[in-house]
Amino acid sequence: MAQLGQFALAIAFIVAIYAIVASLIGIRSRNDKLIASGRNAAICNCIAITTAIFSLGYLFLTNDFSVAYVAAHSSVDLPLHFKISSVWGGQEGSLLFWSWILTVYTALVIVQNRTKHRSMMPYVTAVLTATSLFFTAMHLFVVNPFKVGAIQMPGGAISLFRPSDGVGLNPLLQDTLMVIHPPMLYTGMVGLAVPYAFAIAALITRQLGDTWIRTTRRWTMAAWGILGIGILLGGKWAYRELGWGGYWAWDPVENASLMPWLIGTAFLHSVMVQEKKGMLKIWNVVLIVAAYTMSIFGTTLTRSGLVDSVHAFAKSDIGGYFMAFIIVTISGALYLILDRLPYLKPDSQMGSVVSRESSFMFNNLVLLVSCFAILWGTMFPVLSEWYNGNKITVGAPFFNRVNVPIAIFLLFLTGVGPLLAWRKASTNSLKRNFLIPALIALASGIPLYLLGVNHFYAWLSLVMSIFVGITIIREFYKGAQARAYGTGERFHEAIVNLTLRNTRRYGGYIIHFGFVLLFIGWSGQAFSEKIRLPESRIGAKFQVHQYDMRVENMGVREGPNYLAQYASVSLYEYGKKIAVMAPEWRKYGGRDQQGTTEVSIHSTLKTDIYLVFQGSTDGVTGDFTIYYNPLVMWVWIGGTILGLGTVIAMLPNKQTAGRKPQAISNKESEEVEHAV
Amino acid sequence: MKSKQLKFLVGSIAILVALVYFGYQGFNESMSYFQTVPELYGSGSQAFDRRIKVQGEVVKGSIRREGGATVFAIGPTDFKPPEGFVPGPDTKTLQIRYVGSDALPDTFRDYASAIVTGKLKKDGTFEGTFIQAQCASKYDRENAAGVTAANQ
Repeated sequence: MAQLGQFALAIAFIVAIYAIVASLIGIRSRNDKLIASGRNAAICNCIAITTAIFSLGYLFLTNDFSVAYVAAHSSVDLPLHFKISSVWGGQEGSLLFWSWILTVYTALVIVQNRTKHRSMMPYVTAVLTATSLFFTAMHLFVVNPFKVGAIQMPGGAISLFRPSDGVGLNPLLQDTLMVIHPPMLYTGMVGLAVPYAFAIAALITRQLGDTWIRTTRRWTMAAWGILGIGILLGGKWAYRELGWGGYWAWDPVENASLMPWLIGTAFLHSVMVQEKKGMLKIWNVVLIVAAYTMSIFGTTLTRSGLVDSVHAFAKSDIGGYFMAFIIVTISGALYLILDRLPYLKPDSQMGSVVSRESSFMFNNLVLLVSCFAILWGTMFPVLSEWYNGNKITVGAPFFNRVNVPIAIFLLFLTGVGPLLAWRKASTNSLKRNFLIPALIALASGIPLYLLGVNHFYAWLSLVMSIFVGITIIREFYKGAQARAYGTGERFHEAIVNLTLRNTRRYGGYIIHFGFVLLFIGWSGQAFSEKIRLPESRIGAKFQVHQYDMRVENMGVREGPNYLAQYASVSLYEYGKKIAVMAPEWRKYGGRDQQGTTEVSIHSTLKTDIYLVFQGSTDGVTGDFTIYYNPLVMWVWIGGTILGLGTVIAMLPNKQTAGRKPQAISNKESEEVEHAV
Repeated sequence: MKSKQLKFLVGSIAILVALVYFGYQGFNESMSYFQTVPELYGSGSQAFDRRIKVQGEVVKGSIRREGGATVFAIGPTDFKPPEGFVPGPDTKTLQIRYVGSDALPDTFRDYASAIVTGKLKKDGTFEGTFIQAQCASKYDRENAAGVTAANQ
């Protein structure tokens, strides 16, 4: 199987080169057969890479430890789903997985557009396949997942080596979230390649209207949404697996995934300005190139050992190749942009400061500043070392100081932007749209303060969440009311139909509402508390706010591939027993005798009680840590709604007319005019 | 048209200036020198005034509890403790006293690559307030080559 995988990679390498050459020569010489052949080769590339990744999966399932990568990331007793996730559990496999997703995307794009965009598509195929070729070269020559294990014998001779059992997957990665989180991140990051490839094709063919944007809108939305959810799932994994009570730490690896997402967010908004007003053409091309480059850069950052991170990806020498690839990407795009400048002139002029387009401008400005600050903070150790030999790191306070105000400002724009008119918003419309939500939000600020929300940013974020939440709910309410009146539908039917008939606008509102909930969750962090309880005996009692806890028992149990010490702790709220928590301290077998905490979390909409047990030496005393984390659940709820909104925003608009089509047609066209 | 652009410019600059200021504040609050043990010793008396993140490999068998704190030693990646080695102030390893409020990370154990944030005390020990640890990278490297298994 390893040979098959290796062979498939070699085939992929060859057909990818052919696909690029055939597509480019085909379009230059207007040879349709050659173009079609290039397309087919790109699809073959996908089949070859698919074969390679399935071969690797097969090697994991059959415990073939003669392959070094399998031996280093799996073991006989590893449960089946973790054997599958081990495929992307390490450097070599995760890169192959990256490739695989890219080639699948490429094949889908080719099939989707086989009769469309005839002049652009060969370039799209070439750009996507060129990226794939780079990765295939990495698999073949630098980080080969099919390499067999070998050892050096005392005499210096090299001998093949097949251990009887593998090392096993890092216990921290033995979590169901780790089965879904990395694929989602990759799917999201790699997805940005599609709009990027279209942007490059648009530059080459000088078709710089909004065709490339409209064609790729759903791809971009999907990539952005999946990446966002992927990031949140990573946070959720960190929260329940790492046992430090939080879900975000500004670690370089986290930052690496956030940066392309931030630029992607800027891009999703600024393309609307191009579609609507024919402006920001250069800007949009620059943004998508930046977003894509950031996703490659993120991949590099995580794997090259360039910056120190707690994420245990082995250091390797792929950094140089990736940096070279990024430089080629950027300079190629830059050359094309400069060369095509005359085609990138705006069709109209900027509106007033209080207008839709200006809200997009400010949105873009702060998103980019945020990304830049994160990049700066992440790379500062490297930059400072180059500059004067001192490796200086910055921590969470730096990232928070910059990004918290930016985030709250973005939340404000989320509420205001979609309701501002293009060109110039009238004072009347401002009053009509914002006076009531603003008054309610400000009025609710007082009870919030009295309830103990005395942290400025948390208070501001909650007040702003209320403001934005109300503006969004009002939009649905007003729209549905008008629709119900016009069509005779019932109110809830009207809400559904309203959304389905203008998915882009209302899907957008739902996404925004997801963010409101995320901000509510984030605000709770300001009130987190941590209590350490070393050496607590059975029978010990703890208290935090209205919660009481009592250690009932401690013991040992055996899991499939680990031994766990557990504690059982009763949780009381206002004296009433509400749960029994069972945190564990696990030792996994194998050579790696690593102990890991399995926290026990009692989640409610109000607060999480997060209990960590760090094991016991004598069976009657143990070390505990309790985290009191208010509102965390809203982060996960917000994330879910965000995903839902993204799906809705991608649906095609429902075309079937309501019961009284005539009556609503005017209203509808007005709405489309107003749409986000 | 002119005044419109001016308004944008002023607005954008105001936002940028504010953010740069916040960034500067946060930078001063959280900047620390990232050094290995030899680099820390190499920086001389300056080391006493700085917030430092020191990185090294946890010396085998050096982790122990002392009062409320966890005491251990870290050294360069290739450091091999000699027979009867007692971790303490010497030129190779650094004695660390961890007094932070966070629980020790799961990955913290012998041979782990630890990054400890804190300050160097005048007595040559390092008072740590925050620890990050990574499964020893040596372990990964060796396993990738099948070396560990062969040694057993």
